[in-house]
Amino acid sequence: MELLPLNLLPIGCTARVRQINAHGALRRRLMDLGLIIGTEVKAVRKSLSGDPTLYEIRGAMIALRCEEASKILVERFVL
Amino acid sequence: MGLTGQSTGLATIRRISQVQVQLSGDIVVALAGNPNTGKSTVFNSLTGLKQHTGNWPGKTVTNACGRYGYNGKNFVLVDLPGTYSLMANSLEEEVARDFICFGDPHVTVVVVDPTCMERNLNLVFQILEMTPKVVVCVNLMDEAHRKGIQVDLKRLSDILGVPVVGTSALKGQGLDRLKEAVWSVACGRFSVNPIKIEYDGVIEDAVGIIEPQISRLMDNLGCSISSRWLALRLLEGDQAIAEAFKRYLGTDIFASTDLRERLHKTRNMLVEQGITIGQLRDRLVSALIHNAEEVSRQVVHRKESAINSIDSKIDDLLTSRVWGIPAMLALLGLMFWITIEGANYPSQILAKAFFHLEQKLVELFMASDAPEWLCGILIDGVYRTLSWVVSVMLPPMAIFFPLFTLLEDLGYLPRVAFNLDNFFKRACAHGKQALTMCMGFGCNAAGVVACRIIDSPRERLIAIITNNYVPCNGRFPTLIALATIFMAGGAGWLQTIVATLVVMAMITLAVGITLLISKILSRTVLRGLPSSFVLELPPYRKPQVCKILVRSLMDRTLFVLARAVTVAAPAGLVIWVMANVSVAGDSLLSHFAGFLDPFARLLGLDGYILMAFILGLPANEIVIPIVLMSYMSAGTLVELDSLSALRQILVEHGWTWLTALCTMLFSLNHFPCGTTMLTIRKETGSWKWTLLSFMVPTITGIVLCFVVAQTARLLGLV
Repeated sequence: MELLPLNLLPIGCTARVRQINAHGALRRRLMDLGLIIGTEVKAVRKSLSGDPTLYEIRGAMIALRCEEASKILVERFVL
Repeated sequence: MGLTGQSTGLATIRRISQVQVQLSGDIVVALAGNPNTGKSTVFNSLTGLKQHTGNWPGKTVTNACGRYGYNGKNFVLVDLPGTYSLMANSLEEEVARDFICFGDPHVTVVVVDPTCMERNLNLVFQILEMTPKVVVCVNLMDEAHRKGIQVDLKRLSDILGVPVVGTSALKGQGLDRLKEAVWSVACGRFSVNPIKIEYDGVIEDAVGIIEPQISRLMDNLGCSISSRWLALRLLEGDQAIAEAFKRYLGTDIFASTDLRERLHKTRNMLVEQGITIGQLRDRLVSALIHNAEEVSRQVVHRKESAINSIDSKIDDLLTSRVWGIPAMLALLGLMFWITIEGANYPSQILAKAFFHLEQKLVELFMASDAPEWLCGILIDGVYRTLSWVVSVMLPPMAIFFPLFTLLEDLGYLPRVAFNLDNFFKRACAHGKQALTMCMGFGCNAAGVVACRIIDSPRERLIAIITNNYVPCNGRFPTLIALATIFMAGGAGWLQTIVATLVVMAMITLAVGITLLISKILSRTVLRGLPSSFVLELPPYRKPQVCKILVRSLMDRTLFVLARAVTVAAPAGLVIWVMANVSVAGDSLLSHFAGFLDPFARLLGLDGYILMAFILGLPANEIVIPIVLMSYMSAGTLVELDSLSALRQILVEHGWTWLTALCTMLFSLNHFPCGTTMLTIRKETGSWKWTLLSFMVPTITGIVLCFVVAQTARLLGLV
């Protein structure tokens, strides 16, 4: 299955996190929000100008800018 | 210019975090939890303290302290900043962690949100690794119930090995059980037996090698920090923890060469097994979250519910690509319209009452044969300024502030940050700056304090320096009054609507200037790229309307009255003295105003207006009253009971629409008030940044007013 950066996940789609390429504090922050390898993420909506995007992570709504989201590689669920 | 911890407020927060609570006999209780779990509401309900709780992440940044009694014992409750973790990635996390480690609380209460159990349990596990004396408070039970979420509290307590209490703090439910649980853990009635998170075999081996040594060291220090927890932190190369030991206990934990060597050896062993520090961290966090997932699966049961879809329907509108900004403007407009329309009547009534009382006071003075100058100082100086501040400034503030608080408690502000983030990103600023700006609407000093939620020092300074561009509650009445008098011709509802539009145009301009100046700052003195941005949008919550109305009305009224007495009254006295002491045939006031006049004229103002801004340094509320005082002291005396009377005075002194416009622009863009500047000094710890915060908006105002005034004159518009 092909990996895709989270920022390219279409709105309304769900995917599973496979790789986190962020480092240092950002990596830690993402993981503290419960975003680890294997976590399900749903792209909920985009902001006015297309950035940031709102994601549903473990029941919480978290907005990420595309710079951060692009560091998270996900595998899209096939329906 | 270096961005040291000193210059960005770290020092201040560290100082505050060392709460002095170790009084004999008192039981110290730390209150921890994720942001937006209603932690502050729990705090307020237990202590009866009136700390305001907004519905946005990061409202509490410092430790607030309160007391309550239970079973004959005195409990000191310390509200820690809301954090997702205690790994000291940010200032808030460091403050919270340091308090649990070194503040030596007898009990730590962790407030969790049952609707996001997995993420909340992550924090619970981290705290259980640090201290066994924990009570878990599952708050927002009512909200969970509405969303069809059931939590098996008994089961959770059995698994965690500590008491678990369900509460709905907003409704005051479950708080007695919480007090009971805290008491029973504090005095050992409940024997805690906390769950131990097991990591991979290799990691456990590594911990086993260094833990005995650390345990001995802690015993020698008489320190109750868990040696297992400390071993894990040292293994993952946590620098902050060693520094914290130096800071709070004055010891260098690496003084022992034995520990250093063992740590080194163990790390090498891990690397040989293919586990670098980075991977170790990942494995630790992942293990916690997997455990949280597992526990959550066992205790949380969900039924499908319609509530979530209502939230998302509201968000469909409020954060929509098409309707997001119009909805935001409409909400803002509605707030101003209500403020302008609603403030009129109480203003008139107050003004009439004050004028009536003034006549009585004058009669009293006449009857008592008091000297004329005393009557002048007290009535024309102190009393009149005071009554102006109260009657013109109080009503709009008392109406706008609760409306704003309502939006804040609903959870709308993070949506504003979400909508506007891209603009801030392009200005190389932080998305949360939108939140701090929103706070600036209430009070710039509060906005500056709110900047603590921004982790990156560079972006925090930008947010602090530009916060003053947002007009605070003390400047709204000025904008509203001038917009109503000079911009909005006609009468009735049309006038209110035009005034609303003018004020909103001013706000839009303020946001635009904030973005522009932020961009300029990040290209010059505060160079850098935007840092990472993670923002949680909390669920909408029903605000406690009555409580907000009563409390903010009271708060605002008391605040304005206090300001009127401490700032406006002395200012009135100074103005009266200046207007009545003559040197070389002219009063001091006219000398001063005359001196400023040529420069002020270039900016479309006059000497008196500029002088009012300068004398209004202690508080923006008194600027317009000072202008009026100065005009009236020159002779004309009218009954000031309505805006038309105000207009008459201003027009008599040469005001045109351009004067009003420039005064509004200068009100938006000038030096922060005294309180805000002191706050900036405190938050940045540096006079240099305070000076910059003074200069930047002032220069903006001067340039803007100059360009507008000269252009209008050149085009012959006036």
